[in-house]
Amino acid sequence: MTSTAKSSRSRTRHHGAAAVALAAAAALLTGCSSGDTSDNPLDGDKAEAGTVVVGSNNFAESTLLADIYGEALRAKGLKVTYKHNIGSRETTYGLMRNGSVTVLPEYNGSLLAYLDEKAAQTSAEEVNTAVKAKLDKQLTLLESSPAEDKDSVALNAATAKKHNLTAESTLADLKEAAPRLVIGGSPEFQTRQQGLKGLESVYGLTFKNFKALDAGGPLTQAALAQNEVQAADVFTTDPTIVKEKFVVLKDPENLFGYANVTPLVRKDALPKEGVEALNAVSAKLDTETLLDLDAQVQLEKKDPLDVAKAWLKSAGLV
Amino acid sequence: MNVLTFVQAFFGDSAHWHGYDGIPSRFLEHVQYTLLALAVAAAIGLPVGLLTGHTGRGGNAIAVVANAARALPSFGLLVLSVLLIGFGLLPVMIPLVVLAVPPILVTTYEAVRTVDPAPVDAARGMGMPESGILFRVEVPVALPLILSGLRSAAVQIVSTATIAAYVSLGGLGRYVIDGLYQRDYEKVVGGATLVAVLALVTLALFWAVGRFAVSPGVRRR
Amino acid sequence: MNGFFDIPSDLQHSWAGLIGVHLREALLPVVAGLLLALPLALLCNRFRWLYPPVLGLTTVLYAVPSLAFFVVLIDYTGQTELTVMIPLALYSLVVLVPAIADGVRSVPDETLSAATAMGFGPVRRYLQVQLPIAAPAIIAGLRVATASSISLVSVGALIGNQGALGNLMAAAQKYDRPELAANAVLTTAVLAVLCDAALVLLRRVLTPWMPRSGRERTAAPREELLTKGAAR
Repeated sequence: MTSTAKSSRSRTRHHGAAAVALAAAAALLTGCSSGDTSDNPLDGDKAEAGTVVVGSNNFAESTLLADIYGEALRAKGLKVTYKHNIGSRETTYGLMRNGSVTVLPEYNGSLLAYLDEKAAQTSAEEVNTAVKAKLDKQLTLLESSPAEDKDSVALNAATAKKHNLTAESTLADLKEAAPRLVIGGSPEFQTRQQGLKGLESVYGLTFKNFKALDAGGPLTQAALAQNEVQAADVFTTDPTIVKEKFVVLKDPENLFGYANVTPLVRKDALPKEGVEALNAVSAKLDTETLLDLDAQVQLEKKDPLDVAKAWLKSAGLV
Repeated sequence: MNVLTFVQAFFGDSAHWHGYDGIPSRFLEHVQYTLLALAVAAAIGLPVGLLTGHTGRGGNAIAVVANAARALPSFGLLVLSVLLIGFGLLPVMIPLVVLAVPPILVTTYEAVRTVDPAPVDAARGMGMPESGILFRVEVPVALPLILSGLRSAAVQIVSTATIAAYVSLGGLGRYVIDGLYQRDYEKVVGGATLVAVLALVTLALFWAVGRFAVSPGVRRR
Repeated sequence: MNGFFDIPSDLQHSWAGLIGVHLREALLPVVAGLLLALPLALLCNRFRWLYPPVLGLTTVLYAVPSLAFFVVLIDYTGQTELTVMIPLALYSLVVLVPAIADGVRSVPDETLSAATAMGFGPVRRYLQVQLPIAAPAIIAGLRVATASSISLVSVGALIGNQGALGNLMAAAQKYDRPELAANAVLTTAVLAVLCDAALVLLRRVLTPWMPRSGRERTAAPREELLTKGAAR
């Protein structure tokens, strides 16, 4: 009887120790929070007053541009936090609207096509005006850069050769071959006007099949290069176009419109120095530079933050 | 309730029942991935489990292999396989098979190990060869447990095969991933519902197989 | 050229930082699941009719793909760690309720009678006799829940970098760097093995009367196996 009591007491002590250990571990883990603050979508402005939240979409160029904007703002003494890899525009636009993200690198024409499928795009300035009219009241665009990166439909070299298409051919020329081709793109390419929807309504293209890959990233590049798909949604600043000899088809109807890199910001997010800093960045960013920076990240595998900082320094923006 | 209206909208839309992105075709793709992964995992796990369970040796090795395999994250294995191998079915099968082998292996081993020694002794005493003991005594008695291991593996494959969609393959995961990026909650909820339905169907199938294949004497125990 | 440990800047954590976040996102839900499972299992044992429907519901829940769960929760809890942790807690619950219920039920009647004869009331009996004897089964459940949790946190990468080491996997995909994927897979695997070893150690501490391997040729292991689906 006594031995049972003693061993049950020691067992209880073990339990006590285990319980304390568990509780301590839990407390340690909860306390040990490093980095990202959580945020509630229903909470408008979660960031402390004056903190700029720079967001980026889920492809490499977006991360690079976000880093460029963020570091340019930091150089002016602003507090900046990042939210990277959020997802597609369908998600990031929502976060801009509820204030969880306050600065986002966008592409003026693509944003317009997202906000209003039917809007015609005749010139870059006109696009910006049209976008501002359609934006949520809290949001606005800053100045656009000359740098352009738009969606395009590209064929791999073998497919182009097989169907006698070159870089001078247009999307309309693809009409005959399309039903025998598989096209690849991001999952959202399937439902967007600047995607399968528009390709069908504007150019009459219907493809054999669609493969959901990633937004102009390594999966799409590999699929096109390995002929898993014969055509794909390729971003025009993609460094693999030249490397893999992809053939980009011309877009005379301007379905893919303009796509100048433009900061989308919340109206109350930036003080004057911030706006000036971003406009200065936009002034210096042209397509050739963007192509080079993208190649550094995607081909040379350099870290986007390092590439961003190096460029800002060399351009005299920090 | 929100989720239910999404389910209704998704299954009610007739466009969702046709074409390469239709429910029947995605459902079929998903079933194909599941069956293939389960077959490969069973081809690995069953023989090894039966042999080691029968001889009683290698139990520790099995535990170590199973623990190691369980520790590998499916999503990570998928990305790694695709980066190293490229496109196709093989890079998707790797994480699914790695996921499914441990339950089959461990459960089969334990099932054969914990068979009542009396009938096994009797069979040995009667002069049955080792293979006879394994297949005519141990397996029938261990069958319920072996089936439960296979069932557990099958349900997990059904659920995890959704990751195939992340690397451009089909299956029901297509609805979840596409729904995420297209911000189409109907698709996400519809896809999840279909996976749950398939899991239930799998459970029902295994129950039926159990009733069929397990001897009534063993079942009554 | 680019190292195994060269974590991309957009992940906003060092390698060690990612490990910390991963452990937090994986283990807190398991603890939460355990705390919820204890009373639930108690109810299931008290009211036997409750057990089959609870088991059915939880099996269906377990089959729902984690990504779908996360996406649906985004509208309520945003693209945050909480969105990842809630479904993981539910999955842990699914594994732990049967483990606890079956473990407690497998305590031999003679032991319970002896305890009653010694003057143990029902609460004391539950806490000091049934739970300790069920400890191996509960720990077995915890091991499965933990392994599953650690694996599933990675999927959170798809909802805005909430997957800790999973973010590293997604970054490997985005930047086409297989060495990062290898890093992420190996690190996650090592974490899982270490947590599993810690739980085995815990079992030895809590049940000093059991043989080292914790396996006996009795009914208990069979129960353990039937509830022990593997990690997902």
